[in-house]
Amino acid sequence: MDARFTRGKSPVLERALGRPRSELSLAAFALLFSELVQYCQRRVASVAELQTRLARLGHHVGLRALDALVARERPGRRETKVLGVLLFVKGPLWRALFGREADKLEQANDDDRTFYVIEREPLVNTFVSVPRENSSLNCAAFAAGLLEAVLGAAGFPARVSAHWHKGTTLMIKFDEAVIARDKSLEGR
Amino acid sequence: MSRSPGRKQENHKISRELFVLTYGALVAQLCKDYEKDEDVNACLDRMGYSIGIRLIDDFLARSAVKKCRSYSETADMIAQVAFKMYLGVTPSVSCSSATGNEFSLILDKNPLVDFVEELPAERASLCYCNLLCGVIRGALEMVHLAAEVSFLQDRLKGDAVTEIGITFLRKPEDRKHRRNK
Repeated sequence: MDARFTRGKSPVLERALGRPRSELSLAAFALLFSELVQYCQRRVASVAELQTRLARLGHHVGLRALDALVARERPGRRETKVLGVLLFVKGPLWRALFGREADKLEQANDDDRTFYVIEREPLVNTFVSVPRENSSLNCAAFAAGLLEAVLGAAGFPARVSAHWHKGTTLMIKFDEAVIARDKSLEGR
Repeated sequence: MSRSPGRKQENHKISRELFVLTYGALVAQLCKDYEKDEDVNACLDRMGYSIGIRLIDDFLARSAVKKCRSYSETADMIAQVAFKMYLGVTPSVSCSSATGNEFSLILDKNPLVDFVEELPAERASLCYCNLLCGVIRGALEMVHLAAEVSFLQDRLKGDAVTEIGITFLRKPEDRKHRRNK
């Protein structure tokens, strides 16, 4: 890496990965998120595109949040089972990022690849007012992108989408290979 | 609203990492959309301005500070109360002109660059935290204080500290004149 300015002595790299030192106010994040959504909205032509853009931004965040979080919460161990990683997402990940655990984690009745993370009021939607009847836009697409990146980077590639159902539901659909691997792990 | 009225008084907090990473995602997206650093800087400043004009309401509501009577009081308020409230850091203030309308905030620790080691070579003149300048400018404008805010020094560009310069544009005599009416 070309370290022109820091000459390899960047303080960021020297710092230990301790507990997060402080929390910031929700107002600051809410305003930043609103600017983000407005910026994306100006450059897209449809709701689906807007959700895709938000998901991409969430992806960017999720990729970078995972490493630090795993190092702090699960040092020396890696989740290898689907249920393990989902419980990690519902609990420590959600708590670290959004301040509280997700409300519910459910599995689809008919499909063993699909799981649902349900939140009555997701943090990112705190100050977003979208009339549910009129628009299918759910800014929790940001959280969906985040979750997709986290699961993908943890070794459980999946597709995650946000829906208006019991509040906000993030539908996680794992790849076939993931479920097959999980079943063979259980068999051992 | 499903929340009970009591909860509105709480200071809702979010994780610093989420905020910092979201800001990083925003800057990365802007860099992808705009080729020139100046465009990215201008866009960040504009977004900061829109945030600032709304943030000032939240600030005044939560901090209940009295009206500032001088520019130096205003600069102190920004550094010691506002920055502490929203970013959790307290920059130090210094007055850098004889006329008393130029101040600089020196940031020892900047949470927005928690995960940024340095700027890439092709983005050497990017002001990564330019959003902050827009926020300060927007917030000041809503309390009828026109100001120019910009980065004087930036640690990401190799300087020793990060320094934000605030220049209040109206002359002090105007303020005295208003008070005498």
